[in-house]
Amino acid sequence: MSLVMPLPEQAIMARREELLARLRAILPAANVIADETARRAYECDALVMYRALPLVVVLPETVAQVSAIMALAQEMNVKVVPRGAGTSLSGGALPLEDGILLGMSKFNRILEVDFENRCARVQPGVQNLVISKAVEYAGFYYAPDPSSQIACTIGGNVGENAGGVHCLKYGLTTNNILGLEMVLMGGEILRLGGKHLDSELYDLMGLMTGSEGLLGVVTEVTVRLLQKPVSARGLLLAFPTVEAGARCVGAIIARGIIPGGLEMMDAATIGAVENFQPCGYPLDAGAIVIVELDGTPAEVDHLVAVVEQIARAEGATETRVSQSEAERLRFWAGRKNAFPAVSCIGPDYLCMDGTIPRGRLPEVLTRMDALAKFHGLRVANVFHAGDGNLHPLILYDASKEGEIERAEKLGADILRLCVEVGGVLTGEHGVGVEKRDLMGEMFDETDLAQQQRVKCAFDPQHRLNPGKVFPTLHRCAELGMMHVQGGKLPFPELPRF
Amino acid sequence: MPLTPRDEKDVAEAICAAIAEDAPLSIEGHGSKSSLGRATQRERVLSLAALAGVTLYEPQELVLTARAGTPLREIVALLDAQNQQLAFEPMDHAALLGGARDDATIGGVIAVNASGPRRIKAGAARDHLLGFRCVTGRGEIVKSGGRVMKNVTGYDLSKLVAGSYGTLAALTEATLKVLPKAETEETLLLRGLGEEKGLAALRKASGSPYEVSSLAYDPQGDAAALRLEGPEISVTTRRDDLARFLAGFGGATEVLRADESRAFWTRVRDAEPIAGEGVIWRVSLAPSDGFAFVERLRGAGAPLVAHIYDWAGGLVWLRLETAADAHATAIRAIVDALGGHATLIRADAATRARVDVFHPQPSALASLTRRVKEAFDPRFILERGRLRAEF
Ligand SMILES: Cc1cc2nc3c(=O)[nH]c(=O)nc-3n(C[C@H](O)[C@H](O)[C@H](O)COP(=O)(O)OP(=O)(O)OC[C@H]3O[C@@H](n4cnc5c(N)ncnc54)[C@H](O)[C@@H]3O)c2cc1C
Ligand SMILES: Cc1cc2nc3c(=O)[nH]c(=O)nc-3n(C[C@H](O)[C@H](O)[C@H](O)COP(=O)(O)OP(=O)(O)OC[C@H]3O[C@@H](n4cnc5c(N)ncnc54)[C@H](O)[C@@H]3O)c2cc1C
Repeated sequence: MSLVMPLPEQAIMARREELLARLRAILPAANVIADETARRAYECDALVMYRALPLVVVLPETVAQVSAIMALAQEMNVKVVPRGAGTSLSGGALPLEDGILLGMSKFNRILEVDFENRCARVQPGVQNLVISKAVEYAGFYYAPDPSSQIACTIGGNVGENAGGVHCLKYGLTTNNILGLEMVLMGGEILRLGGKHLDSELYDLMGLMTGSEGLLGVVTEVTVRLLQKPVSARGLLLAFPTVEAGARCVGAIIARGIIPGGLEMMDAATIGAVENFQPCGYPLDAGAIVIVELDGTPAEVDHLVAVVEQIARAEGATETRVSQSEAERLRFWAGRKNAFPAVSCIGPDYLCMDGTIPRGRLPEVLTRMDALAKFHGLRVANVFHAGDGNLHPLILYDASKEGEIERAEKLGADILRLCVEVGGVLTGEHGVGVEKRDLMGEMFDETDLAQQQRVKCAFDPQHRLNPGKVFPTLHRCAELGMMHVQGGKLPFPELPRF
Repeated sequence: MPLTPRDEKDVAEAICAAIAEDAPLSIEGHGSKSSLGRATQRERVLSLAALAGVTLYEPQELVLTARAGTPLREIVALLDAQNQQLAFEPMDHAALLGGARDDATIGGVIAVNASGPRRIKAGAARDHLLGFRCVTGRGEIVKSGGRVMKNVTGYDLSKLVAGSYGTLAALTEATLKVLPKAETEETLLLRGLGEEKGLAALRKASGSPYEVSSLAYDPQGDAAALRLEGPEISVTTRRDDLARFLAGFGGATEVLRADESRAFWTRVRDAEPIAGEGVIWRVSLAPSDGFAFVERLRGAGAPLVAHIYDWAGGLVWLRLETAADAHATAIRAIVDALGGHATLIRADAATRARVDVFHPQPSALASLTRRVKEAFDPRFILERGRLRAEF
């Protein structure tokens, strides 16, 4: 395996007993997990190829406890890795052998629902879907809907700026939260935002979102609630090729329509899905596009007609419009099952996550195919077509000599390709440890140094989730040095340029 | 005479020179708002006006890249021709601050995170900034983000620079998400409900499924206003549904059709109904606290001349008679009790030097804010004193 994590610091390991004793002074004994077998349960997140046994797992129940743990860790110079449900696909919640794993699962309460201000205050360990379920009776929901929403927590969603099929129209986590409470590495408790809009001065809440647990521990989130649209209908569009499907997606958006969901699957994925749990997708299609339109019935009917017409003009071989809620859900069933379905056609898969300018889709898919052939592996594709977010699933067999390494190489090549065409390394799963060493593909040294200086403002000793996101750790003192190149100007008072 | 760099390298050179000589720099777009905020301690002005021009516009991809000094009106016109828009509706301050209309640069718009009535549905400027290039207060050219809609590669520095008032870096280029314009719009007006009930109607509507995109209450005309945007067929049916949904509140209803509706919201966006003599504040709170705030302010005896509520009551614009502290003590005490923040938008320079223009922060947050400033600009070269006297 190609990943190199920093070596565990012996000085920390040597003081484990003292650390445990002091943690037990902060937390009830049952919330300090020191036993090896019990710690095993936390040894990886959903990026299962990387594992490490945490030094100790702690499960705080109050903000005061989180604050005390952080202050203790800072004092004893111990690393801390925050963890929600551990569904991260990029290794963001991968434990460290010389670090505390701070599990937030006991922060599982919804503290307040405020329909008048269309928001809810929730603890970070509440699962994404639980929020929507809790407000459903009044017709509300929380819009960002990662496929992992049954399991993943809102704290982890903030950590990764998670998205889902609704995000094209309703935005990502960052666009749907109003306030945060967080604890800094030194134990300071901060509140950002609240029930009002826009921070004054620096938008630290926006910065925290997607910071992958490197800046602070989220202990409370105020989320925006939306009223459910009165109606929604789905379209299932089949195309002979992925290119034709991609053109249709572009044409829908060019017409000024932003659907509630706009997803695409290639032939390999369609086959896998139909094999796994048939839901009536056309097996002869090169690609299918699923479109969801929501709003008032009159608006939806109108838009359905427009989209159908666009699809025909772009060469759709089949257009189905959902006639009932059950049918709409059936259109989505296959898409929602795509990941487990694909895991049935190859023993293992690596789920990649890059975003590209939508217009480059056909080119990227063709070149991705060639890369897969080169590495001797297969790739199945499902993507958030509306925003160009690709999830190539690289199929491999871990039991075969060298396949993991080949899969990793192919993954890296695919992400490089995404950056080359103007895209980015990750659209929603985060950098974590998985893409850490590829950061240089997108950013130069100066860009990365500036990002790490931001880290220093929050955590000068790099104790919070180190080894993630940044390829090399710089010391804050070194990052603080100034290199003034311009030197003195001869006549500063004269206008220049 | 401002320094007027023509490219990013020039900007870097100017900032490096300023660092070397410890000569604080003020950054300007068109300088249309230099009377706002705290006065900066500046020795030189760095104008980005010459760094202009749209460098990429792909309507199908919903993306546009422009150099920071590009006039906003140029971008709006370009988008208009493709039936697209900046959905966050940047406000124009001419009514409040004097000066020419439509005189902002895109860099200035982002630097103040300007947004208008559609903020509650479409988000603020910050939500539309996909990526940028800049020169930091260390004189280094840095880029962040990208040009695609979904991106979580590294920290989201776009959120930091949006609303940083030029104190972290001079933006040199911005990449924005643009959106299709609605086919049409209409505004439902409910008149004669009075302030408290009018605002309650807005909050009820904001939790309705009719996708109301803007909600304002203007006490001057006793009008609760609700904007609906979308395809014609959808707008008319939603307007009828909404009117029925709110029927219980009573009041006379009136409908503003497309052009009238647009004109109405431009006035709200620019806070025109409160323009006039005196000091001006902008207060952001929970929508349900908007009315309570104004009531308490009246109760405290503040000489309120005019006010208007946007964002379903979550944004209150106020004009008051002039006073030594611009009524900061009274306003801030109420906002602190309710939660939110209050910005002094207009007052004379002496007042702005005495009073905190931006809302004071608790100490842990204030020191983190300062450390973030130092991460970009350790010598406080850019816009020194703009946000706080200390930095
Ligand atoms: C089958 C499957 C489908 C998925 N589909 C999607 C999808 O559609 N869209 C999408 O965006 N993602 C998806 N994911 C990825 C993952 O579910 C999300 O990234 C999710 O947000 C992680 O939440 P979590 O609670 O599991 O966090 P974890 O995995 O525990 O942690 C994620 C990161 O957040 C940090 N973190 C967690 N809690 C806190 C906290 N309280 N304070 C500070 N930092 C914290 C961690 O340190 C880590 O860096 C999917 C994953 C799986 C396994
Ligand atoms: C302190 C202050 C508060 C304001 N509050 C609001 C508000 O709450 N809501 C609102 O909608 N509008 C607000 N504005 C108005 C806003 O400035 C205008 O709408 C418009 O953005 C001004 O454009 P301009 O090019 O003339 O900017 P200028 O007046 O030249 O500059 C405005 C601010 O942006 C900075 N700036 C300009 N260009 C750049 C750049 N390229 N890189 C980095 N920084 C740059 C300047 O340093 C200055 O702080 C505020 C302005 C200021 C200065």
